[in-house]
Amino acid sequence: MLTALWLAPLAVAAVLVAVPAARREVVLGAWVVLAVAEVGGAGVVWAAVPRGGGFAFEVAAPWIPAFGVGYHLGADGFSAPLVAMTAVVFLAVALSALRRPPDEDAARTRAFVLLFLALEAVGIGVFLALDLVLFFVFFDLSIVLMYFVIAGWGSGGRVRSALQFFLYTFLGSLVMLLGFLVLAVGGRTSGGITFDIPTLAARAPVTGPAGVLALVAIGVGLAIKTPVWPVHTWLPPAHTDAPAAGSAVLAAVLLKMGTYGFVRIAMPLLPGPWRSAAIVFVVLGVVSVLWGALVALAQRDLKRMIAYTSITHLGYVVLAVGAAGVVAAGPEARTLAVTGATVQMVSHGLVTAALFLLAGVLRERGGTSEIAAWSGIAGPMPRFSWTFALAAFASLGLPGLSGFVGEFSLLAGSLPAVPVAVVVAALGLAVTAALFLRALQSMLLGDRHLPAAAERAPAPRIGRFRAPSSPDLRVVETTAVGLLLACSVAVGVAPAVLTTTIAPAAAQVVSLVSR
Amino acid sequence: MTLLLALLLTLPVLAGLLLLSAFPRVQGVLVVAAGWVTAAVTAVVAVELAAVVGRAPVAPTLSVPLLGPIAFRYTVDGLAAVLVVTVAVIGALVLLAAAGEPRLREGRFVGAVLVFVAAMLATVTAATLPALLAPWEVMGAVSWVLIAFDRRDPAVGPAATRAFLTTRTADVGLYVAVGAALAAGVPGLALAATADAPGGWRDLLAAGLVVAALGKSAQLPFSAWLSGAMVGPSPVSALLHSATMVAAGAVLLVRVGPLLAATGWAATLVAWVGALTAVVLGVVAATQRDLKQLLAASTCAQVGLMVLGAGVGATAGAAGLLVAHAAVKALLFLAAGGWLAVLRTRSLPVLRGAARRHPVVGVAFTVGAAALAGVPPLSIWWTKDAVLAGVPLGDGLLTVAGLLATALSAVAATRAAWFLWRPTRSPSIRRGADRPRRHVPVAVTAAVVVLAVPAAAVGGVGVWTGLVPRADAGELVTTGVVVVFAAAAAWALHSRPIRLGSAVLPRLAAAARGWLGLEAATRAVVVRPVLALARVLDRADGALGAALPRAAETVPRLAREVDRRGERPLAAAVSGVAGGVRRLGDLARRPQTGQQHQYYAQGVVVLGTLGVLVAVLVVTGVR
Repeated sequence: MLTALWLAPLAVAAVLVAVPAARREVVLGAWVVLAVAEVGGAGVVWAAVPRGGGFAFEVAAPWIPAFGVGYHLGADGFSAPLVAMTAVVFLAVALSALRRPPDEDAARTRAFVLLFLALEAVGIGVFLALDLVLFFVFFDLSIVLMYFVIAGWGSGGRVRSALQFFLYTFLGSLVMLLGFLVLAVGGRTSGGITFDIPTLAARAPVTGPAGVLALVAIGVGLAIKTPVWPVHTWLPPAHTDAPAAGSAVLAAVLLKMGTYGFVRIAMPLLPGPWRSAAIVFVVLGVVSVLWGALVALAQRDLKRMIAYTSITHLGYVVLAVGAAGVVAAGPEARTLAVTGATVQMVSHGLVTAALFLLAGVLRERGGTSEIAAWSGIAGPMPRFSWTFALAAFASLGLPGLSGFVGEFSLLAGSLPAVPVAVVVAALGLAVTAALFLRALQSMLLGDRHLPAAAERAPAPRIGRFRAPSSPDLRVVETTAVGLLLACSVAVGVAPAVLTTTIAPAAAQVVSLVSR
Repeated sequence: MTLLLALLLTLPVLAGLLLLSAFPRVQGVLVVAAGWVTAAVTAVVAVELAAVVGRAPVAPTLSVPLLGPIAFRYTVDGLAAVLVVTVAVIGALVLLAAAGEPRLREGRFVGAVLVFVAAMLATVTAATLPALLAPWEVMGAVSWVLIAFDRRDPAVGPAATRAFLTTRTADVGLYVAVGAALAAGVPGLALAATADAPGGWRDLLAAGLVVAALGKSAQLPFSAWLSGAMVGPSPVSALLHSATMVAAGAVLLVRVGPLLAATGWAATLVAWVGALTAVVLGVVAATQRDLKQLLAASTCAQVGLMVLGAGVGATAGAAGLLVAHAAVKALLFLAAGGWLAVLRTRSLPVLRGAARRHPVVGVAFTVGAAALAGVPPLSIWWTKDAVLAGVPLGDGLLTVAGLLATALSAVAATRAAWFLWRPTRSPSIRRGADRPRRHVPVAVTAAVVVLAVPAAAVGGVGVWTGLVPRADAGELVTTGVVVVFAAAAAWALHSRPIRLGSAVLPRLAAAARGWLGLEAATRAVVVRPVLALARVLDRADGALGAALPRAAETVPRLAREVDRRGERPLAAAVSGVAGGVRRLGDLARRPQTGQQHQYYAQGVVVLGTLGVLVAVLVVTGVR
């Protein structure tokens, strides 16, 4: 089941490659159909996750037995929600891609679709992998594919940004691989070399200098991908220059690989070093929260601003997983913190993808996502305004939307462990509200003023029908963004659906950290 | 019962969200009717619930688990019963009055008001901290939508943002409080159990709650947002200032009274902040020339008295004052909004004679103003004295502050009434022909007249039924005399102004009129430093971002160096060696000329040399 889940996009891609004459409508349609099927598959996997903890649909086969490398997949309370989020985000991206400019070269459209199909396969695979080498392979492939997306379909200084993104994260992944090797070799005392995550978690953990080395290496690798201050600087240029769909996937899926790595690998496999380094992660998390929020407040470009809010939101996650390593606080609160951190990952994926798609709409209509270039758009672009306001409120953590569930539970759960840090980080809530309100106020309210390109209202001819001349969201765009926001509302209104799945896995990790 | 409570909490929010999402731009009678029916049903449900609670000692409860130790629990206890009725009834009347203004007959507006009312209903019935936090924050966000309703107006954006941002910043305290309650192991995170939390966590818990409540209630130093919120439509002001939003902070403080008392410092702090706000904003109110600003400042002052009541433990008095003030302020704001719609002005000097021109609204307004002033036996007189009765006897300063606040609110109310009842001077009011509309909308008049009844009587009824404690006779007489004296003095001074030689007083009055520069101070102390820090960090971030590529550029530079210093000399050396070898090879090849006679010659030379060598060796060896 899980193998089919991550292989299906590749199978569709293979078919598309084999049938080169397919029209672009067929290519895009196939992608949407597959994305819908993936959402269904992710739902099935989620439903099968045992509520008492443990993995569903576990697959284990030897791959390179000589080095203890295996093909091991499984879905638990951490992976299932993230896989579902990935599938939903890709569906939204596929839907919004239906409105790619009709004059685009068919071969180019095909290449775009193939890249995203491969990204979907890799994105789902990384959250299902239960083997360090398998995880690493998916992790690295995602970097390569995203490099091509940014360099091929980006804007501005795309080649430079893409190269910076690639070198930065690739370097991080190599350091991470070093850490994996230490883990595999260091655990040798109690059995042969193995890269299998559950096996390593069951063994006596690696301690001493080897453990510290492993945590530093893995921590650096994951921190770059998350990204955590001060190794976040690849993110803003990459987001600014990436195409909207690429930004959405980058923020929603690729960044999660970093934070997911903390709860899947770093915490359960290196409990001793994690406990001693917990305060480092807490401090880095708090700095990321405030730094990201304040720098975002100073931005004039919407895409750049959203990129910096990613650093804030994932800073909260790092703060929470750090707090989960402070054993002095009770397991109940720490479980709450880890659960909240995972909810925050899912929520950030949904909401930030929606925000990036919306910013992409602005860039497509008016040629710019500068905040100052748009004013009073509540009148001419009502659908855009409603969805943007809802997404902004979700991102700043309004109750009834997913951001609140994540931030509320992770802050409440972390406070018993690290009260001062949480009080300081909670100020980030106010700054985040300030920056989103500033954008809403400046763009939605006031006198109508649109960039000339949007004001001219391009009316592309599609077949015999003339497209409506309003710069507002089209039906597929509304559907794509609405899908993401509907998921956010669902999580906000009925958080139990998500939290009951995550909580057992979180409790297990917390008990593993306490070893 | 639980069903009734669920209906109370979900009906307005669902109807509101439906209007907001499906019919935001639909205008007209259908939207208004839908909104009003929802509000009316909600009010009926609220009254029914209150009746149930009043008849029997039961507390209908609705509980929704969230995760682990956190649960959403809503309960209608005695306090909540009174408050839900207040909120629902005033919400319905405000919606009725809003129907008088054509631009407000829009799905967007009606829906937002319904959601807002629902959030306040949930806030006053919340029994656990998470259950409080969620609607509390929603209320702040919806206030942004409501204040920014006239979206073309360039003033609304900053004002709406300031309102939401101030309350949101204070709300950080609530998040901290929830965490502290969790750390302290408060069972179920129930508000009622917070007082039993152990030492340090209890202090943090109380501090967080106090900050959040003061921010929401626009107490000092958070008062400035309320002044800006006046740019919103008048029904919004009527709602924000009466039963919702600002009242929420007071409700929270009343609820956690035992916790405040248990900490030892929080109760005193809260009492003093309340008293100070009541006096300072009382001065601000008494100097305003803008009717809505006057009412806004007086709201701060009145809520200050409620906060004072929560601090000194006069919870029943504070709750009574809250209800009385809600009715009074809704009335006054709706009347002001009615005149604004007709006369297009909020300026008191221009509004001269408005009450004579529109006598029905004028009389209702005057009843409200008299109640606000604290004239006996109207509602605020009873309830305010119930609050002041709670001030400990030894605390002379607090008592003086309370009396001063009473006198100031009498002055402010009298000032408004004096202007409105002056003989007509403004030509636009006298003629009335060039105005787009001759009458205050019927809906507004109806709402105002209905509100005049509770504005006058609710305090007396509360004392009569025993819900509000009765202050002792001496105190009641004292405040009555103070109020009547202050009101008479204010009236006389307005009619015959005394010119003072001093230049200081006008300057002070001007400062008070500008809300004492609170907004500028907030801007200077908080906003500007934060923005400056943001810019500094942005530059630092740019430098950090540039540092890495620069560091990465050392790699090519290193490569060039290696190339220049290492690779090229090495290559030169290698090619030097190769050249040497080649030259040697050339040398070696030179003898191979291919000509027979030269080979022979070479053979002879070699053999000769060998012969010489052998000869030498033999000779040396023999010897």
